[in-house]
Amino acid sequence: MKNAPIVGTSVPRMEGRGKVTGHARYVDDMTLPGMLYGATVRSRIPRGKIKKISFGPGIDWNEFVIVAAKDIPGKNCIALIEDDQPCLADGVVNHPEEPILLLAHPNRHLLPKAVEAVSVEYDALPAIFSIEESASLQQVIWGADNIFKSYLIEKGDVDSVWQNAAHIVEAEYTTGAQEQLYIENNGMIAAFDTDQGLTVWGSLQCPYYVHKALLKLFDLPADRVRVVQMETGGAFGGKEEYPSMIAAHAALLAMKSGKPVKIIYDRMEDMAATTKRHPSRTRLRTAVTKDGKILGGEIDFIIDGGAYKTLSPVVLSRGAIHAGGPYYWPGIRIRAKAVATNAPPHGAFRGFGAPQSLFALERHMDRIAQVVGLSPVEIRRRNFLQPGQTTTTGQTIDEPIDLSKLLDRALELSGYHAKKENFARENPQATRKKGIGIASFLHGAGFTGSGERFLGSVVGIEAIADGSLRILVSSTEFGQGTNTVLCQIVAEALGLRYEDVSIAQPDTHEVPNSGPTVASRTVMVVGKLVQSAAIGIRKTLTASGMLSDSYTPEEFRAACRAYVAKHDNFRSMAQYEQPEGIFWDDEKYRGSAYAAFAWAVYVAEVTVDLATYSVTVDDFVALQEIGKVLHPVLARGQIIGGVAQGIGFALYEKVIWDHGRMQNGQMTNYIMPTSADLPPIRVYFEELGNVHGAYGAKGIGELPMDGPAPAIINAVEDALHVAFHSIPLLPEDIFAALSENSAPEIVAPAARGRE
Amino acid sequence: MNESPQGRAKSEISFTVNGKLESVHVYPMERLLDVLRHELALTGTKEGCGEGECGSCSVLIDGTLVNSCLIPALQAHGAKIITIEGLASDGRLQLLQQSFLDCGAAQCGICTPGMILASLYLLKKTPQPTLEEIREGLSGNLCRCTGYMQIFEAVAEAGRRGAAT
Repeated sequence: MKNAPIVGTSVPRMEGRGKVTGHARYVDDMTLPGMLYGATVRSRIPRGKIKKISFGPGIDWNEFVIVAAKDIPGKNCIALIEDDQPCLADGVVNHPEEPILLLAHPNRHLLPKAVEAVSVEYDALPAIFSIEESASLQQVIWGADNIFKSYLIEKGDVDSVWQNAAHIVEAEYTTGAQEQLYIENNGMIAAFDTDQGLTVWGSLQCPYYVHKALLKLFDLPADRVRVVQMETGGAFGGKEEYPSMIAAHAALLAMKSGKPVKIIYDRMEDMAATTKRHPSRTRLRTAVTKDGKILGGEIDFIIDGGAYKTLSPVVLSRGAIHAGGPYYWPGIRIRAKAVATNAPPHGAFRGFGAPQSLFALERHMDRIAQVVGLSPVEIRRRNFLQPGQTTTTGQTIDEPIDLSKLLDRALELSGYHAKKENFARENPQATRKKGIGIASFLHGAGFTGSGERFLGSVVGIEAIADGSLRILVSSTEFGQGTNTVLCQIVAEALGLRYEDVSIAQPDTHEVPNSGPTVASRTVMVVGKLVQSAAIGIRKTLTASGMLSDSYTPEEFRAACRAYVAKHDNFRSMAQYEQPEGIFWDDEKYRGSAYAAFAWAVYVAEVTVDLATYSVTVDDFVALQEIGKVLHPVLARGQIIGGVAQGIGFALYEKVIWDHGRMQNGQMTNYIMPTSADLPPIRVYFEELGNVHGAYGAKGIGELPMDGPAPAIINAVEDALHVAFHSIPLLPEDIFAALSENSAPEIVAPAARGRE
Repeated sequence: MNESPQGRAKSEISFTVNGKLESVHVYPMERLLDVLRHELALTGTKEGCGEGECGSCSVLIDGTLVNSCLIPALQAHGAKIITIEGLASDGRLQLLQQSFLDCGAAQCGICTPGMILASLYLLKKTPQPTLEEIREGLSGNLCRCTGYMQIFEAVAEAGRRGAAT
């Protein structure tokens, strides 16, 4: 029975062959007989009442299927946390990409002109576009006070720390919106049949989110709505919620026309209308001893949620919980708010609030270091969380993590000290100034607090006629490696070969709800469930006498075949149960926020060219403790990809807004890193193991998004001795800061630290 | 980029795709990308941006790498086109495809067909490229998942295995 381990090895990607041969089927690769193409007429003003809709000349409107809010059979909303976002505007619009009407036609070439020919007259209302405007309440556009959600996290006696402080360090940091920029645009196909009900196929992360939204919109029973995930060409959180909107639109057109309808967004529509990372503003005020120990502090964290609530409360929660970083705060008060503006709703993007608040904190740690007169290394070392200490929510660190050791290894791998010395010596004469910066951080895996308990995820494994096993989960593959790693886990759990296991295409008629594919939860939480469902299969076989305690993979398959032949079907299910001793108070926001934290120290080395004011990242070291690496190639791929997106977040990716509309919704003017822009990204792992995750795994998907931006901007400061507080940091920002007319905040080299 | 080609007459356009002579009746200004995907059901060629920036729709025309979203069908008349579907033969992966699998160079897979064709074009010109040559050679193909490094490794590995020959 003892086979070579599969977990921990780099088996071939389960669906890889389809992807390298071009045979993998994405939604736009699928056509149905008689299919129409759908398009969306959107608001073009940020806020107002719709007065009149007219259909212009030159179009044979009889040929078009036209759907408006009145055609919605159930409730006009995209159900998520709260039902505040309409599927189609009904009389009012609250952002400049709000869907108003849907059109469909058999000839897709006719749609753009038809969309243009619909004109909408409005009574415009005053609109607001920034956190400041929202907070000022000059216009109330949502609820009573423009606030979607607020949290207060309190620990210790914050009010008494200021009097004992040797230094009080205060600053404000901001981050911009960021587009997920998956290379496959959003798309859906819907078909409606009076017998079968509604079916949608699409590019999406969370089949049961779409399912839930469609049930409410169409007022249909659960078994009459079917959601199928096609191969999905990247998501990064960007296909967590908006696919429900597109599915709803395609489905409404399909129902009205009686024909299948495909809606595929082009790049500009996808970038402008769908969700992006929440812009944020963080204010930190910290009390520090003369030796650089943090006594306590206050953090005000605000995110711009756009026009509707959508996922903002959850993004805010994660951002707030991560705002204290991997440090020990004897006292802290974190006030967090998600506010409304007249922009398209912001949403999930890898990291989910944490990259925003951690950017602020990790920049602030460097600031504290300067004020105290310590190095960036030493200030972190003196404040790292130790096992037995508690986080800002009062969660005790109960694993033997040694952050100081992690830091030392990262410094050594990056050659930090020697480089820092060289740069300091060479920079005064150089026009290309070099710098090196660090960021240390953590990322919680799985849903926050009681989230996993509320989800109550279910997974299944079935044996099929040939004796192989098939995993049944709604957890989706969109590049991370879900299919591969879940199959590895099952093979490992049962001593089978990788090829003895497959995974079903996510289809709500076929698979149970294993929860959404978000929050770095799939390997850790769903993987663990899949492992226990697999063991259920073996128990059934041994209990029935069809399998002995010791077996070969062939014997296991033969036993499965025999069982299926006798009983027709053979399934084992497993449902999430909260581990003992995990406590979370949703009211006070106290307790164990996450079942596991991954820990990391990243080091960025940059050059700032004073001729062009551009920043290039020359070297990047990403060291992290992630429990256990189940698949080295995929794990490394997750980290490199996340770091690349983090570099984009820091230095390249800027959304240009005008009255709530994205102005640069093209790949030519919204700039993501190309193969020529990135440094070598050197990835290293530490593995402590994690009792809650499958084979010791923690979540890793989001972690690498958190560290690059602060490490890079810290490195830019090291190069220029100028502090920057906002990202993205573009050459024009550096030019402005360095030009004579402005007064940059010059950091005195003398204060740059003793070890 | 989806300009309506209505009002212009369709015409007969012929070319060779993956070694097979094809004849299609399309609008002359229709994008080659759409002709491949819609008329010939060669959906391995992907659309990412529709304006020649992302390279997902890359194909080889007479041995040259092009963005098929920028090529009018008419321009391909008489040409020899290679798409991703033309690389594997008899179920055996081309060495580049195998290297992409082995090195983790394909994650979500949507840029992969274009990336593999761009890599093939690079290896045909430079059978054993340096890292700098690979970075430069693939800079017209965007990937949001991988951060490119495992793609570089796959191309270098395929070069070592002799993928260009």
